[in-house]
Amino acid sequence: MNIVVCIKQVPDTTNVKINPETNTLVRAGVESIINPFDMYALEEGLRVREQHGGTVTVLSMGPPQVEEALREAISLGVDEAVLLSDRGFAGADTLATAYTLAAGIRKLGGAEIIFMGRQAIDGDTGQVGPGVAENLMIPHITDIRKIESIAEDGTIIVERMLEEGYVRLKTSLPVLLTVVKEINEPRLPSLKGKLAAKKKEITTYVEEDLDLDSERIGLTGSPTWVQKIFTPPKPAGGKLFQGEAKEAVAALLAELKSAGLPLGAKEADNGID
Amino acid sequence: MNYFFSEEQEMIRELAAKIAKEKIEPIAADYDESGAFPWEIVEILAKSDLFRVFIPEEYDGLGGGILEMSLVVEELSKACGGIALAYAASGLGAIPIMLFGNEEQKKKYLPRLAAGEMLAAFGLTEPDAGSDAAAIKTTAKPDGDEYVINGTKQWITNGGEASIYTVIALTDPTRGIRGSSALMVEKGTPGFDFGKKENKMGIRGSVTRELVFQDCRIPKENLLGREGGGFLVAMKTFDQSRPGVAAQALGIAQGALDKALAYAHERHQFGKPISSFQGIQFMLADMATQVEAARTLTYQAARTIDAGARNVAKISSMAKVFASDTAMKVTTDAVQIFGGYGYMKEYPVEKMMRDAKITQIYEGTNQIQREVIALQMIRESMRKKG
Repeated sequence: MNIVVCIKQVPDTTNVKINPETNTLVRAGVESIINPFDMYALEEGLRVREQHGGTVTVLSMGPPQVEEALREAISLGVDEAVLLSDRGFAGADTLATAYTLAAGIRKLGGAEIIFMGRQAIDGDTGQVGPGVAENLMIPHITDIRKIESIAEDGTIIVERMLEEGYVRLKTSLPVLLTVVKEINEPRLPSLKGKLAAKKKEITTYVEEDLDLDSERIGLTGSPTWVQKIFTPPKPAGGKLFQGEAKEAVAALLAELKSAGLPLGAKEADNGID
Repeated sequence: MNYFFSEEQEMIRELAAKIAKEKIEPIAADYDESGAFPWEIVEILAKSDLFRVFIPEEYDGLGGGILEMSLVVEELSKACGGIALAYAASGLGAIPIMLFGNEEQKKKYLPRLAAGEMLAAFGLTEPDAGSDAAAIKTTAKPDGDEYVINGTKQWITNGGEASIYTVIALTDPTRGIRGSSALMVEKGTPGFDFGKKENKMGIRGSVTRELVFQDCRIPKENLLGREGGGFLVAMKTFDQSRPGVAAQALGIAQGALDKALAYAHERHQFGKPISSFQGIQFMLADMATQVEAARTLTYQAARTIDAGARNVAKISSMAKVFASDTAMKVTTDAVQIFGGYGYMKEYPVEKMMRDAKITQIYEGTNQIQREVIALQMIRESMRKKG
């Protein structure tokens, strides 16, 4: 089975600051990591390979330093690593990124299963996965929390997480799946893997290597326009009701009532007993 | 600080640190409470190839030495000195096989130890033979092509969990300690059983038990080295394993220092963080200086051994004494900086203080180590004169 896992290199922190002048992320001094959700995608790719055989190829688009992230993926045990890197790809939004990644996957000869994280922690859009699938004209299922089975006849049954509960879905391969963190516990690298990662050659494809319409890549192919990025102000004020839950809730209800908020007569009258 | 590690050593250190932080630290308090053996961590260490670092390449290892082993032990001990001991004690158990095993014995056990499929242990101490190791009473009577072992070994780390044990027993009791031999005994051999599990003050994430031998028959090919060479095997093994204990102590000390420093920033008294008070600053400065000195000595001992030096007992004992005394002092000071909170089990430093104490006691008490150091000093000075 050919498995492709797409990963993104992101800044390692949830506390990334935004430069208020330029509305861009302050990246100086922030270490880069593999997007945490993509670690679950890598793990699931490796697990499927361990059960069903085949190869896992890790794919990413970005500047040359993304090689570091790809080497980390190799240290976890993936077979091949491919980087799509070209000045022409720079400034891509989710639409152009999905288009370019799809071209990369076609160049690799396609895949039975493409794994991705549900979203990247820097952009948080969750659009690239489905976008890649649409470009490849294959089905996709997002937010997978479990692969139940992959049958010989090329059908796959998965559980897709919902806010409450899950749905069980069946589709045919090839398929693109985006995963949630409930799906597995990512492994740690091994020393042998790390040593192998140091030596491994990483394939890099530039624009000319791929079958691409130059109008649809990079900044040119990106209709998204970021008007403003800002840190929303923390809600000010508020009142904290502390103490035993029963008393705190009673105090809250009393306060709401005295403020003239329309509470249901029953709750208001009976308190919480 | 640059410790002049190779790229590979840096890789080992980083991976061990990652496992310590992500996998061990969150569960250290639970194991301290329950006293269970941390198989889940052993499995992670095995999968990450960390048991391979000190095993030669021809036996599926990565070809490192005592420094590599010490780096792993140090990093793991920052999170939990007890859980780190499960790893370190297996290293201790592997050393006599690496030093004295013949080709067949090495081939039989080292690849499986490297893969972390099995753990090793070492048994010398007995109820009446601690610092006076020559007073052991366990016998291994030659009988045809077998030895018949009788006796009890006490306080054996990884006891019951390890698969292969190197024990020192008297094959010729008439010659005393010169009649002792090192023998490998596999778990499951009839007549080999485990006594009670000790309820310890610290390092509770490791298991300590008695090894009980009652007419336990093992084949003569399980002899390590030569008959009568048991004491030599034990002493040479300890010469190499002491930097591991030093590294454990060092890790515990560094772990406590890190916690104390972070706490000193957070804790406010008199309207200021307590790190702004000179009393605390001087304590932190002394702790850091002592830890750094212990680290330098530990690495120096490990590197001396790995370079193949002949007389390593002195530097090895110096590292063990200094690092363990440092660990006791630094963890005690860390509890002091935490104040009342430091005395409570909700905070990690009281455990570190309990874990530190054993490093001054086991693998030769610090008093015995000082004797080793002094004896070698005297011998060296006599040699110069003569």
